[in-house]
Amino acid sequence: MVEFALPKKSRVVEGKTFHADGDLKNPKRFFVYRYDPDKEENPSIDSFQIDLNSCGPMVLDALLKIKDEIDSSLTLRRSCREGICGSCAMNIDGRNTLACLKPISECKKDVKIYPLPHLPVVKDLVPDVNHVYAQLNSIEPWMKSDTPPPASEERKQSPQEREKLDGFWECILCFCCSTSCPSYWWNGDKYLGPAVLLQAARWINDSRDEALGERLDQLEDPFKLYRCHTIMNCTNACPKGLNPAKAIASIKSKMVERLG
Amino acid sequence: MVDSFSQFRSPLRHAKGMGSAKEGTHHWLAQRITALALLPLTSWLVFSLATLSLEGHLEFVTWLGHPISGTLMILFLSVAFHHGQLGIQVVIEDYISNIKIRRSLLIVTKFMSYLLATLGVVSVLRIIFESL
Repeated sequence: MVEFALPKKSRVVEGKTFHADGDLKNPKRFFVYRYDPDKEENPSIDSFQIDLNSCGPMVLDALLKIKDEIDSSLTLRRSCREGICGSCAMNIDGRNTLACLKPISECKKDVKIYPLPHLPVVKDLVPDVNHVYAQLNSIEPWMKSDTPPPASEERKQSPQEREKLDGFWECILCFCCSTSCPSYWWNGDKYLGPAVLLQAARWINDSRDEALGERLDQLEDPFKLYRCHTIMNCTNACPKGLNPAKAIASIKSKMVERLG
Repeated sequence: MVDSFSQFRSPLRHAKGMGSAKEGTHHWLAQRITALALLPLTSWLVFSLATLSLEGHLEFVTWLGHPISGTLMILFLSVAFHHGQLGIQVVIEDYISNIKIRRSLLIVTKFMSYLLATLGVVSVLRIIFESL
């Protein structure tokens, strides 16, 4: 059955409160989810106060300031700080997004920061994405073609054929969409989720790929594909402005198309 | 969800699972087509019930005994119960993860929808034949 309450050991409790010293000119409070697997303690919400006058504009800047100046044990993934690596995906003020693209000014009150929902937590804001990566691997996201490429040049496609991949190739695999999808929360062990299905659509719609039928066969399943109920949380969540729901619809219409 | 993952199996083994069940499209398509069919059928039923002067049992039986309203009512009952069953199946598959409970509930709800649809159709047929 669907579990509506967290297991006892996962219930979030109140954590530590860090008050900033001195007179803050532009104070802002951040509530951050903390979990340490090495301690036998429940996850907690720590409260940090920082001065925005000495902080960069994005939520990631605030988290790094906290890590640098207040609590170095705060754990998070980050790399590019410009929305292209997808590492700092997390839930900020109730929405999945990239911390590096989320301006603090968009958070009206105190900022609440949690890891991506419904994934096992490794530590603090770091979720375990092994299963999602394995699901991506399972759809074989690479060119499959029996025809060898032309001897001295690349495989060609027309500008119109290439255009069909727009909206797919830009995905950075941050999994903000998959972890915002209730269907993925309830049935994520089998349902592939919007991020992986968007990648499947990227190859299904590639004119150079020769495994279209095989790819559709793989997805022809009540759970792998058809758990999508067009809830549209994915499209709402995508920090890159992509439309995974539309990509999934394109797979479904291909399924119907091949029935004749 | 990951609690049930065996620590000795690779993530890919788990993600691939038992592979594709090779079905789903027909269910998805049937749900949409029955929904489409229900648009005119439901409109007809609501319109008829609203405009009929249903003063007594006899008037209603006479109306339902007419071949056209009888046929449309039988179509409405069959399509509505089929559509309802398909919808309930999705809800059960979404929320019941225990495979034994899920399969049993799917069978019970299918039986119920067939039973109720047949009961409705037989009732309408009886009224049609009685009014001949």
